[in-house]
Parts: sequence; C-alpha cells; structure tokens
Amino acid sequence: MSVEPSWYLVLSAMLFTIGALGLLVRRNPLVMFMCVELMLNAVNLTFVTFARMLNDIGGQVVVFFVLVVAAAEVVVGLGIIVAILRRRPGATADDIALLKG
Amino acid sequence: MSTLPAVMAQQLGPIDTPAIDWLAISPPVALLAGSLLILTLVGVTRWRPAPGVWAAVTVVTSLVAIGLAAAVWVRVTDPERGPSSAVAGAVAVDGFTVFVTVVVCVAVILTAMTSAGYLRREGLDGPELYALLLLAGTGGIVMAAAGDLIVLFLGLEILSIAVYVLAGYHLRRIESQESAMKYFVLGAFSSAFLLYGIALVYGATGSTNLARIADFLAGNVLESTGLLLAGFALLLVGLGFKVAAAPFHVWVPDVYQGAPTPITGFMAAATKAAAFAALVRVFVSTFGGYQLDWQPIVGALAVLTLVVGAVLAAVQTDLKRTLAYTSLVHAGFILVAVQTATDQGVVAVLFYSATYAVVILGMFAVLTTVSRRGDVGHDLDAYRGMAYSRPGLALALTLFLMAQAGIPLTAGFFAKFYVIAAAVDAGTYLLAVAAMLGAVVAAFVYLRLIVTMYSQTDEQAARTGPAPRPVRPPIPLGVKLTLAVAVVYTLAAGILPGPLVDLARDATPLLVLAG
Repeated sequence: MSVEPSWYLVLSAMLFTIGALGLLVRRNPLVMFMCVELMLNAVNLTFVTFARMLNDIGGQVVVFFVLVVAAAEVVVGLGIIVAILRRRPGATADDIALLKG
Repeated sequence: MSTLPAVMAQQLGPIDTPAIDWLAISPPVALLAGSLLILTLVGVTRWRPAPGVWAAVTVVTSLVAIGLAAAVWVRVTDPERGPSSAVAGAVAVDGFTVFVTVVVCVAVILTAMTSAGYLRREGLDGPELYALLLLAGTGGIVMAAAGDLIVLFLGLEILSIAVYVLAGYHLRRIESQESAMKYFVLGAFSSAFLLYGIALVYGATGSTNLARIADFLAGNVLESTGLLLAGFALLLVGLGFKVAAAPFHVWVPDVYQGAPTPITGFMAAATKAAAFAALVRVFVSTFGGYQLDWQPIVGALAVLTLVVGAVLAAVQTDLKRTLAYTSLVHAGFILVAVQTATDQGVVAVLFYSATYAVVILGMFAVLTTVSRRGDVGHDLDAYRGMAYSRPGLALALTLFLMAQAGIPLTAGFFAKFYVIAAAVDAGTYLLAVAAMLGAVVAAFVYLRLIVTMYSQTDEQAARTGPAPRPVRPPIPLGVKLTLAVAVVYTLAAGILPGPLVDLARDATPLLVLAG
C-alpha cells in the first residue's frame, strides 16, 4: 500500500485541530503553549507536503521561517509565564482573571 | 587536487542573490537600526542619559524613517518609474506602503512622547520600551509592505511579539502581566490560523508571492476552489483577530485595560493600521477576482463588529474598556470600507486608519495624564468635573471625542463620510446603514463622557465663593506635544481634508511581478 501525499495533509489537519482544541480545553499555561507549537508544526507539515506535491522548493523554505518565528514566540511566551508565576506560583489560566467588566 | 572553493565554483557557479533596492526598504531598516542602536548603547556602554533622551532618539529615528519614506514616495509617484517590487518580489514598493509607513511612524512618535512622562511617573524609566516600540513599528511597516504572504507573516510576528512584551511592561501591575499573557496566547493562536491559511493558499495556487498568486488566479480557472476558500477563511480569522473584528475580539477589552496606557494607544493605532493594510493588500488587491466569495463574509464581520462594539461600549464604566469596545465600532467601519473592494474604499480605509490613529493616540495621552501612579483612575467618575479642574485637557479630550463620534469640522466626520460614500457607491446600502447606526450608539458613549466632564462634582457644586487653585501635577512636555499634534491634525483634516485625500488616492496598492 502506498502512502499518498494527501494523507499527510489529513494528518496535519488533525494535528492542527488537536492543538487548537487543546489550547481551548487545557488550563495550564505551559500546556497551552505546547498546543500552539503543535499547531505551528502541523502547518509546517502542510507546507512540506504541498512543496512536495507542487515540486516547488518555496514551501520547504517557509518552514525555516516558521521555526524561527516559533522559537522567538517561545522566548517571549516563557518570559511572560515566568513573570506571572513569580507573582503567583501555580497559577492556571482560570486564576488569571483580574480583568473583567 | 583543487581546493573546495574551486570545485564549488566549477560545478555550481556563483549563487544568485536578488538585487536589493535599499532605498525602497530604508524606512523599516531605519527603525530597526534605531532599535539596535538603543539596545547596543545600553548593553555595551555605561551611559545612562537624562530622562527623555531615549524618547528623543525614538522620535528622531522615526522622523528619519518618515523622511526616507518621502523619498520613496517621490519615486513611486514619478510617472516614469511608478510602483515596483523589491528583494525578488518580497516587498511591494508603492504609495500604499509609504502611506501606512508614515501612519505607523507617527504612531511610534506620539506613543514615545506620551510614554516618557508615564515611565517617569511609574518609576519604570528605561530604554527597553523605546527599543520595543521601534521594533513593533518595523513589524508594522513590513506587514504593510509585504509582497509575499510569508513576509506578511514575519511582519505580523515582529509587530506582535514586540507588543506582547510591551503589554506586560508594567512589572508591578499584575493586570499588565495578565493582559500580556492573554494577548500572547490568543495572538499565537490566531497567528497559527493565519499561517494555516497561507499554507492552503500556497497549496491552491503554487506560490506565496502575492503578485504571482494574483497572476495565477487571473489566468487559471481552478478545478475546485475548496482549498483556496478554506485558505481565505483562515486568513480572515488571523487578520480579523489583529484588527479586532467580532467574533475574534474577546481579547480586546482585557488587553486594552491591562496594558500600560500609552501602549494601549499604540495597539489601537499602529496594530490596527498595519493589520488593515495587510487585509487590503491580501483581499482587495490579490484576491480581488474572488470578491464575490469573500465580500459577504467581510460584510457580516463588519456588521457583527459594529453591533457588539456599540452595545457593549454603552455598558462599561472603565474608560479603557469603553475605548476597547468603541475601537470595535471603528474596526467595523473600516471593514465596511474594505468589503467594497473598490479604489474608493481603499482611500476610505487609509483616511480612516490615519485619522483614528492620531485621534486615539491623543485620547490615550489624556488618559495617561489623568490616571494616577500605578496606572489607576480610569473609571468614568475620575472625569467628573474635569472641565473645571483641568480645562485645557478637558477641551482637548472633548475635541477627540467629537472626532470619534464623527461630528463635522473634525477629521472623524470626513473619515466616516468617505466610508459611507464608498459603501453606497458599491451598492452595499445595508452595510452603510448599519455603520451609521453603530456610529450613533457610539456617539452616545462619547457624549456621556463629555457630559460627565462638564458636570460638577458634589464638592465643586457645594463650594461657595471663588474656587481654590486646584492642585494638579504638571503635564509633561511629551504629552503636550502629542496633544498639540493630535489637535492640529483633527482640526486641519476636519476643515481641509483635500490634501490628505489626494495623498490617499495616490496610495492605492499595486502588485508588481518581480522581474
């Protein structure tokens, strides 16, 4: 049985959905963070698959850009999480709810 | 045996790198250089300058960027040269880019001037805010200038990541950090959607370059448009989040309330202008041929945004939250102009974005001055009787509120007028009506604040005899300058909008294929 490229598209769509649902359901800031990474990497898989299907190198180059952006996001996101957890150890997303109106 | 370089030269030849048109990309490069200069000076030397010097460096850098943008403008409006693309088609060099560049630079200047006094009051004086502000400006310009979807994504991330940090800049306020956290999580979530949209459009058209995509879509009939339309939807989600369109607006009130007040102004002004520029470039100029597919969706988003913003703004008591919801009304207005997909609509988008940016920065300069140490005192009651205790500030705030409500002789009137005119000319009457109704409800919110300012507090009313000289902190120089710029703009563009509209007319986006 051969593996069609479209299978990879389905797989990446599933990974993206798992990431999106995880972000909405989970309340631990670090796990929410991992879900964002899962979404971005699912998109990377889509890009590589399309690059293969279209026989175009552009889609693979994009992956490098996305990896760099994801790394920069991790740095800033962890910084924000650390700043909050120093004020309130063990805070979850539900505890961080001072702002409302 | 030959050396490795010799072998490589034999087999591969020199690597082809694209020619770089330095003048065309000089405005964002200038801002980036200013940011790096600040960081290097702070990191390497022990020089700790007097307060206000970093703000001055930021202002000068942005003015240099505006000057360079003017040079690019001269070139793109020259009939012999015209718009072009730079760096192998990654950057679009046209009037649209230059116009949004100037709006973003002005936003950086006004925010930096407002921040100087704020940081001193809060005891946070430091260079980081200015470096981040310049970086955010760079990202905004890159976003507006993007000739490629990946460059658009990079610009959006440069802008967003800098603003995530700025939102959490007030280290002693847990609210500030909460807003940074919320902005970050939802921002990253929406960026992922945008990126997935880019991937699907790439799969459907075979390119991420906007000019090539437009070329491909014009020359080919797609067998099935499912992939492309899914890409449109995801792109709209991603950009809709950044422009704060309902139902992607849930972050707006919390982030606006929690972020340091001058930064909230920057978010409202620059982030919105850059995101709308990206929206126009991607949907109106690249996907213009598929107008019938995306127009109703953008129209529906516009109506929803107007309704949600107007209704919820009316029930808020915190002024920053109120302004967050009224910013939705403005976003709805601009979306009405976007969905027309005409040149007239683009002119309206540009005029509205520029006007909103300046007016809202003036407003947040007033809010910054009225608030007290710890960034508190933003509730409506803090403004009661302000016309008697601080008449100058109250007058400026009244003017900005009138401009936001769209009262004639202010820039806001013409901004709203051009949007409605574009919507009517495009035949979308219902949207024009919805926009006007939204404006009416929002006007109630603005007038309520004006009435509050001009009614006396109990203490003021009970007093007999001459009022004692009120004790009030002096207004910092930066805030005075910001207010002066905003007031002059609001009146000038409200009485004589012609020159600005002519500039906006020359600034419609054009996609040029790289040679």
